[in-house]
Amino acid sequence: MADKTTTDCLIIGAGPVGLFAVFELGLLDIKAHVVDILDKIGGQCAELYPEKPIYDIPGFPSVTGQGLVDNLKAQIEPFGAQFHLGEMVTEVEALGSETAPLFSIKTTAGTEFEAKSVLIAAGGGSFQPKKPPIPGIEAYEQQSVFYSIRRMEDFRGRNVLIVGGGDSALDWTLNLASIAQRVTLLHRRDEFRAAPHSVDKMRQLVREGIVDLRIGQVIGLEGHDGRLQNALCRDNDGKTLEVKCDAMMPFFGLTMKLGPIANWGLSLHENLVPVDTEKFETSTPGIFAIGDINTYPGKLKLILSGFHEGALAAQKVQRYVHPDRRVTFQYTTSSTSLQKKLGVA
Amino acid sequence: MAKIQFIDFSGTVHAVDAELGSTVMETAIKNGIPGIEAECGGACACATCHVYIDPEWQEKVGAPSSMEEDMLDFAYDIRPNSRLSCQIKVSNDLDGLTVRTPERQA
Repeated sequence: MADKTTTDCLIIGAGPVGLFAVFELGLLDIKAHVVDILDKIGGQCAELYPEKPIYDIPGFPSVTGQGLVDNLKAQIEPFGAQFHLGEMVTEVEALGSETAPLFSIKTTAGTEFEAKSVLIAAGGGSFQPKKPPIPGIEAYEQQSVFYSIRRMEDFRGRNVLIVGGGDSALDWTLNLASIAQRVTLLHRRDEFRAAPHSVDKMRQLVREGIVDLRIGQVIGLEGHDGRLQNALCRDNDGKTLEVKCDAMMPFFGLTMKLGPIANWGLSLHENLVPVDTEKFETSTPGIFAIGDINTYPGKLKLILSGFHEGALAAQKVQRYVHPDRRVTFQYTTSSTSLQKKLGVA
Repeated sequence: MAKIQFIDFSGTVHAVDAELGSTVMETAIKNGIPGIEAECGGACACATCHVYIDPEWQEKVGAPSSMEEDMLDFAYDIRPNSRLSCQIKVSNDLDGLTVRTPERQA
């Protein structure tokens, strides 16, 4: 069994709200680890709208999603939070008492934590791959249908069908072309949103006869016991075509699902986590919820609300992590001790 | 004001008033139409406000922009009359518009 990492606070979600919580906790000498299912920080800002301007962040007349994430990253740098990316928290188990909470936390990558507090900043939930509307596709998942690729070697010598027109679809088409027996790329139209140089390379491979490009959509799968043999596709004129394949990878982007949070014994209301508005604590003492994932009377799903919620939650986390400390409120503009923590004094 | 008819996956018809200049997605959310999620809030960044335009209205509504086409690649059960409702502005020309919402968005 892997060693447990002990920490003051485990933050679930590396979106803007989870990132800023690192700052508010850090000012109170609370060490944090951050887990996120995406392989990069920034949450929706980085995944859904990195280039779109946001106009309602105080002090920024306009800032892009990625710009905000980059600034937050610089702002929390002094606190040295550790990030665990590409992992999803699956289990949160309460070990402690109401007054001295302690939690055991496990992720999909097998990482284990023991944390005095948990801050759920999971936004709309965890990003998970979108599944195409193909009847019976579940029976082939894991064995023949994959929504992500861990080891390219697994596809050596296989007949691979890649579906989609974005960067993931094109990147894997190019990467697997030399490993797989045959790669077929299927997309609903002969235009691709992927990076132009990937599209050019793909077209080159098609001209050389190394990759097959088909236009259409998958409407059915044929095979036995989870082993795929054929994909039935329909082109835009309604004609059906068969693609022989023993592995299929649909790349249709990501969607948000609440995921394992539903299993942690927290009270939920319409897939949101109810909290109080003093501490933003959930029905389990020591577990907090901030940002889009929480709900309370008057809740606004704004990034700025999540920042405020993180600041208040941090005050209560401090009570758990440093129970004997006399709490004095300080400003970053004037407090030498805060400025030392920020590395500016 | 314009009238918009949403027909959900179960076949239930929801006839609602839409403010001119607002989007079909905003109208759906305001009226709690089943089947529209709009995860990204109207930024044309998620493809979860996908609708099917009634064939009679397809010409008036028009074709998607190339940015919307790119996002439609990620929509669930895409058809020739698929559009993202956050990219359709309500105007007097669209008074009476009928759209269908899909079984699910993702």
